[in-house]
Amino acid sequence: MNGLGTASLAALMALPLLGGVVVALLRDNERLAKSVALGFSLVELALAAVLWAGYDPDGARLQMTSSVDWIAAVGAHLSFGVDGVALVMIAVVALLGPVVVGAAWRESLPAGRTQGGFLSLILVQQGLMVGVFAATDVFLFYVLFEIMLIPMYFLIGGYGGARRQYAAVKFFLYSFLGGLLMLASAIGAYVYAAGRLGHGTFDWATLVGVVRDAPLSTQVWLFLGFFAAFAIKAPLVPVHTWLPDAAAEAPIVVSVILVGVLDKVGMFGFLRYLLPMFPQASQELAPLVLVLAVVGVLYGSVLATGQRDMKRFIAYVSIAHFGFMALGVFAFSTQSQVGAVTYMVNHSVATGMLLLVIGMVIARGGSTRIGDYGGMARLTPLLGGLFLVAGLSTLSLPGTNSFVSEFLVLLGSYPREPVYTVLAALGMILAAVYVLWLYQRVFHGPVRGDALLGAAAGPGAVGDPARAKVPDLSARELAVLAPLVVLVLGLGIYPKPVLDVVTPSVSATMTEVGLADPVAQGGK
Amino acid sequence: MILADGPATAVAEVGAATGVAQFAWLLVALPAFGAAVLLLGGRRTNAWGHLLGCLTVIAAFGYGLVLFLDSTGLPSAERVRELHLFSWIPVEALQVDFGLRLDPLSLVFVLLITGVGAAIHVYSIGYMAGDADRRKFFAYLNLFVAAMLVLVLGNSFVTLYLGWEGVGLASYLLIAFWHHRPEAATAAKKAFVMNRVGDVGLAIAIFMMFRTLGTTQYTEVFARAGEFSSGELLAITLLLLLGACGKSGQFPLQAWLPDAMAGPTPVSALIHAATMVTAGVYLVARANPLYDLSPDGRLVVTAIGAFTLLIGCVIGCAYDDFKKVLAYSTVSQIGYMILAVGLGSFGYALGIMHLLTHGFFKAGLFLGAGSVMHGMNDEGDIRRMGGLWRHMPITFVTWGLGYLALVGFPGLSGFFSKDAIIEAAFGQEGWRGWVFGGAALLGAGLTAFYMTRLLLMVFFGEKRWERLKSADGRDYHPHESPAVMTVPMILLAVGSVGAGVFLASGDRLATWLTPSLGALDKAEHGVLPHALVPVLTVALSALGALVAWLVVGRRPVPVERPRRVSLPVRAARADLYGNALNEALVARPGVWLSRALVYVDNKGVDGLVNGLAALLGGTSGRLRRLQTGFVRSYALSMLGGSVLVIAALMVVRFA
Repeated sequence: MNGLGTASLAALMALPLLGGVVVALLRDNERLAKSVALGFSLVELALAAVLWAGYDPDGARLQMTSSVDWIAAVGAHLSFGVDGVALVMIAVVALLGPVVVGAAWRESLPAGRTQGGFLSLILVQQGLMVGVFAATDVFLFYVLFEIMLIPMYFLIGGYGGARRQYAAVKFFLYSFLGGLLMLASAIGAYVYAAGRLGHGTFDWATLVGVVRDAPLSTQVWLFLGFFAAFAIKAPLVPVHTWLPDAAAEAPIVVSVILVGVLDKVGMFGFLRYLLPMFPQASQELAPLVLVLAVVGVLYGSVLATGQRDMKRFIAYVSIAHFGFMALGVFAFSTQSQVGAVTYMVNHSVATGMLLLVIGMVIARGGSTRIGDYGGMARLTPLLGGLFLVAGLSTLSLPGTNSFVSEFLVLLGSYPREPVYTVLAALGMILAAVYVLWLYQRVFHGPVRGDALLGAAAGPGAVGDPARAKVPDLSARELAVLAPLVVLVLGLGIYPKPVLDVVTPSVSATMTEVGLADPVAQGGK
Repeated sequence: MILADGPATAVAEVGAATGVAQFAWLLVALPAFGAAVLLLGGRRTNAWGHLLGCLTVIAAFGYGLVLFLDSTGLPSAERVRELHLFSWIPVEALQVDFGLRLDPLSLVFVLLITGVGAAIHVYSIGYMAGDADRRKFFAYLNLFVAAMLVLVLGNSFVTLYLGWEGVGLASYLLIAFWHHRPEAATAAKKAFVMNRVGDVGLAIAIFMMFRTLGTTQYTEVFARAGEFSSGELLAITLLLLLGACGKSGQFPLQAWLPDAMAGPTPVSALIHAATMVTAGVYLVARANPLYDLSPDGRLVVTAIGAFTLLIGCVIGCAYDDFKKVLAYSTVSQIGYMILAVGLGSFGYALGIMHLLTHGFFKAGLFLGAGSVMHGMNDEGDIRRMGGLWRHMPITFVTWGLGYLALVGFPGLSGFFSKDAIIEAAFGQEGWRGWVFGGAALLGAGLTAFYMTRLLLMVFFGEKRWERLKSADGRDYHPHESPAVMTVPMILLAVGSVGAGVFLASGDRLATWLTPSLGALDKAEHGVLPHALVPVLTVALSALGALVAWLVVGRRPVPVERPRRVSLPVRAARADLYGNALNEALVARPGVWLSRALVYVDNKGVDGLVNGLAALLGGTSGRLRRLQTGFVRSYALSMLGGSVLVIAALMVVRFA
């Protein structure tokens, strides 16, 4: 089974890259290119299922491992493998594939751009993201972390809105700068380990074993380099300002990838790299991160409430949610960290879905301004209903997937960090405000907005909502949203399969940090 | 028998649910199935959707009755049973079970929710007959019943929380049912947000339980309640109370409930009178092992209840909107219940008893109000009514019985349940007896006033509607509602009349609830003689009714609301400035804050970071050149990176 799993992991990375090339070659035939892209993404999803089936939650720390020599001079290898955290994130990448391709089916692109080129980049992006989660060599991780920016740069800069160039460069510079700081720290860790071992290596497990015992001052410096990269990627306040611009300019499906998966690499990095490699520094600097996390929750929530643009709204909601995740990671309990990991998954599902329904709203109203809408629930009840499902998951209503993760983060954080937890819990109230207010403005009240009113046949029909012909969800749109609805409710009522996969890996991280759970079985 | 022991040990052992109780999940599954079919089926289910919606709840009621009878066949000590369904959120020390707790308390609620729920579902067939979205209405009602059953049947604080926010969602959807009306949409959002404030309190209480005990299951939390420090207990009981205040419209979170009347009237009856808003009372009663150990926490509960019952009465006296008067009456009556459960072993069962009788008569009063409005072109202003008793006799009689029950007419249900609470309040020692008993007694007089005012202005006196037209320009033609609406009203009226004497005789309900709540204590002394309290209550109520007659019965009622009114009336009309306070302290500063931060984020933070980046790169002009040549810039950045690498190496070397 493990051989099959290893092969499927390799295929999960190679297949989308191959798909990207094939789709790029077929770009002149739009229909064919789209179908082929969808085919590749569906096979990718099947491969992820094979990987999941082969993973043993109670098995080794890293599974499906493989390693090939790469740059022998510095001891860098092409090594891959997954733990429970990487597994669920790869599953999310694979799952969003067909959803994104389906959602992009009728995407209107800037002049001169083809669907084939667009989907090709998305597939390449998908392959690279699997690679980032699967890498078990620190240098390889860095390289993929940076290369991953390139297709995203072109996706934003080439296919986005009016200020796409500005947003793309801003995105690139932020991430790239962070990456360089991480590279510096990675090399620092390498040098330190080489001094101890007598030979240099970038192997994750070996580096963890050596660097974790480094003196605190060394750990702190190395920590900061990695932290900068991950904090920008996540993003945490105050290095978040690239995200609203990127999300506002990027096409909706690109935002789904960006916010849904790419940003999660930051949280993933916290858990996989920061905590195990620099356990002492992580504990010493935890208050710093916790402050940023709680500020992020509250700041992001308040700003989301004040936004007038739907796409920027999503960016600030995500900033608030990344705050919750960072809180969970640095509150150091199995519950809070499992909460953070499932938050990564559930945020992809919930925010991905919210982005998609917002895209469908924009496709009908032709504006991203919230003020240009009103009363859509009467025109498009189905879209209204599914928008609400996505919104309720975003505000973590019990019974939806996001509740499980937010609840775990807060409940798990409370024993060690009661003050930060209570402050972050105020974000729950703000979430209700910003989600339901948005929903009210767009869907409730009388029908408003030129596009909605003017969609009727004749000029005399303006102002008559009954005659405005705004189509409700099409079969394609329903098919795109249906799997997400199933996940929202399914993972809300029965999250055990994901929790069971994630918990042992998080427990291992806790052991690597050297901290016991604040609440043991049966209380403190 | 176990009843003989004190409250601390009277909590029964928890057994496994066997036999007919194994299928208790059906209680939740039936209405959930109804909701799912109606929502997924869409317009295809329009023709029969309302029938399915009724059937699922009636079936749940039937099965609930079977469970109840099954439970009465068990010895008292074996009546607390649990049914494990599946493991919901298991992460190491945290093991949240999805399970159901079938005990006397939850079974009483099952009967109330499905029984009153079924009556209101049937009524809605008629009430919503003209609405194009009637199917959706039944879907939401079914969703509500399912969530409410999860709330009362769940066997842990987390499953309670699931139902707790679930009913909040159903309430949101139903208040906003006519969402094209901006006031309905706003009221729905307000209800959800104010509830969330309370929910956060409930959530933090759950976190505290987990920190100290490592569990959130009722069985373990209650058995080990003694392990909490007294400070923790006080905090937990107050946080649970915050949750209760949100859900039950208690001070300071009462402002959403009157606005919630923007929803269709059956919703007001079922959710915002009979069941959901009483969940706070359920929560305090359910958590009785915690409240037993925290006298200070209970004192706050009682005080909140007493205060809320008075403000509810006062505001109720000033409103001219049929449903809003009833809404404030609900706020006030739940105040009685909260006061009662704050009395601990002297009051848990009394709070639940008033909750049940209130469920009957308040649901009936709302359905009656709906019937009146249905026959009056959806008019809600009681100044435009009058003399309606001839035109809708069944509505008048059933509403009248509900009225008598609420004001505590001797022999009817409110007389037993409310009187018992007033008595228990006077049974407290010292100043508490005087303050809480006095508040409850005063409330009874005010209740009689505003309810009599309502009765007289709607059903008696001049037919003011004869010379008026409704807002859409039609004449009023008041008429009796169809049987599908009046039969549920008659059933609820029967309950309003008989429930009190049935539940109170021989302490039937209190004895039944003992395995869940401990035995009901009776105050020995108190500040007033026991025999005096009912006499005073009846006398004060009669006085209230008399004053109402003097104000609106004896004299003609102006159709226009008098503008020159005294200061207290003006304050009551402004909800005692509760909304104005929320607006000034929370809403407006919140809007300012968010506007200011949006500005700061766009200009300040972004500008700062951009500036820093520019500084690092030398000049901003050089940065901008990155846009032109991607590869060359990449190389430039690599160079910059290398410098950083060397710097880092030096740091490590010298560290």
